[in-house]
Amino acid sequence: MDKQNGEAVLHVEGDWTVKTVGSLEREIRRARFEATPQRVDVSALGAVDTAGAFLIHTMLEDGGIEADKTYQLIGEHAQAKALLELVSGRERQEKVVASQPLSIIDLLARVGKGSVHFMDEAVGTLSFIGEAMLTTFKLLLQPHKIRWTSVFAVMEEAGLDALPIVSFLSFFVGMVIAFIGATMLQQTLGATVFTVELVGWAVMREFGVVLTGILLAGRTNSSFTAQIGSMKMRQEIDAMRTLGIDPIEALVTPRILAMLIMTPLLAFGATLSGLLGGLMISWVALDISPILFITRIQEIVIIQNFWVGMSKAPVFALVVAMIACRQGLLVQGDVQSLGKATTASVVHAIFLIIVVDAIFAMMYMELGI
Amino acid sequence: MSDPIIQVRGLKTQFGDHVVHENLDLDIYRGETIGVIGPSGCGKSVLLSEIVGLLTPTAGSVTVFGETLSELSDRDRQAIERRWSVMFQDGALFSNLTVRENVMVPMKEHTNFSHDLMHDLADLKISLSGLPLNAADKKPSELSGGMRKRAAMARALALDPELVFLDEPTAGLDPITAGRFDSLVRELSRLLGLTVFLVTHDLDTLKATCDRIAVLGDKRVKYTGTLEEVSRIDDPWVQEYFGGPRGRSVVG
Repeated sequence: MDKQNGEAVLHVEGDWTVKTVGSLEREIRRARFEATPQRVDVSALGAVDTAGAFLIHTMLEDGGIEADKTYQLIGEHAQAKALLELVSGRERQEKVVASQPLSIIDLLARVGKGSVHFMDEAVGTLSFIGEAMLTTFKLLLQPHKIRWTSVFAVMEEAGLDALPIVSFLSFFVGMVIAFIGATMLQQTLGATVFTVELVGWAVMREFGVVLTGILLAGRTNSSFTAQIGSMKMRQEIDAMRTLGIDPIEALVTPRILAMLIMTPLLAFGATLSGLLGGLMISWVALDISPILFITRIQEIVIIQNFWVGMSKAPVFALVVAMIACRQGLLVQGDVQSLGKATTASVVHAIFLIIVVDAIFAMMYMELGI
Repeated sequence: MSDPIIQVRGLKTQFGDHVVHENLDLDIYRGETIGVIGPSGCGKSVLLSEIVGLLTPTAGSVTVFGETLSELSDRDRQAIERRWSVMFQDGALFSNLTVRENVMVPMKEHTNFSHDLMHDLADLKISLSGLPLNAADKKPSELSGGMRKRAAMARALALDPELVFLDEPTAGLDPITAGRFDSLVRELSRLLGLTVFLVTHDLDTLKATCDRIAVLGDKRVKYTGTLEEVSRIDDPWVQEYFGGPRGRSVVG
């Protein structure tokens, strides 16, 4: 910065590129000019790019030059003039700092919004369930219209492929129940043989089917929601509609049907392996022979318990399939909403499975079954 | 023409049984804009991915800025990657960020600029690429296809790269926007000495921006030359490409 013929001249030297200007920036922002520079000397300027040119320009603007005024350059530089012209005269948006005063009104507004959202969500879910059920019943009356390929594909992917993990999990839970039961019964009653009843009741009525439900909520819900959600994101659902295909018919019904068929089978598998887990522990640790175990299960743990457990399986299947599809269809255009929908899908499904199970328990208790 | 900035030698690409490239050689010189054309599925985008290191070629070498990518340590590679940028076919903007934040991503990652400077620079790049500033606060999903492309261009220019790869930059744009895009590419390559690697089908873009054209076919680069030279080559695909009604209006 110096004066020539009474005019202030700004000298810029060295490289002004994206690699170098970062360290200069703070100094430049602090710098104050005594007089408004009228001319810029670029003869000693090295490499320059838009970041550098922009900073030179900002410096001049802060120095008092009007935004649209062109300053004179002194010296020769291959790109400086063109670059400075390129960066000058661009509109600059005022930065708006959003302030969020916390007040009682905001709080009320949020509560109100939340409540309305909850209501909308509830109505939306109910209407979706209605629509899905109606479409599914309609299709059941015309079985040739059901997309069987899709049904079988889902049955394999969400049903058969889940069998190993479901059985495994249930097997270990059966073992744990037998262990805990044995220890407790030994200490309190001295009658370990009741372990069989404990395992039978717990696994048949509750654990077999609830474990299946929770595992499906984690495994199947996330996959259904992600599948349908990414189809929604890529406008495949819109494409279906324009081709005259009802997305509920093509995507939701096959999933509901497949889950309705597979969940009871999975729950059955889980119950069997849970009992097997109990049997193993009873045999190894308590000297209850497998034959005794099976006989006691047959004679004392009545078959009703099994049916109580199995009766919940189709309900859990509906919970899993409906929530997964509904959340998938709620996905918007961006990735974040896909993540949100997948999380919501899994969380809602696990929550509902536990709640539904509790309702069943109360209902059967009242009925005395 | 100076030294080649990109040198591809004996490149072979194979996916399973399917050979995409074989013995492909290509030189790209500093400061030029090269357009890569060829029939659909001839591996134009695959070539681009291999040059920028997203795909590893089955055989052969790619040298960029005089360094062979496959032989570099991660650190040196990053230093090189900072000198180029890629604009993908459908933009590939981060959908959970606004347009401005998208443009600021490379700056945040590779510079020590203050937030204010990044903000202003991002706005500059956004308006340079022809977007209105009120688009800066929008999410990519709220923009039209053409606007997304321009936002992607703004992100590609964020760090003033020496080398820019553009994959179908004007596909899906209206003629006016496409025309502006072409002149932007031209202007920037003139001003900043930018080297541009362009994959395109757009004949107008070829004419408006490219110094040289490379024609891909038969798993290699068949011909290179200026638009005029290439359009006179006696090859069935080239003749059909430039000889059609669209081509004639550009060449003729």
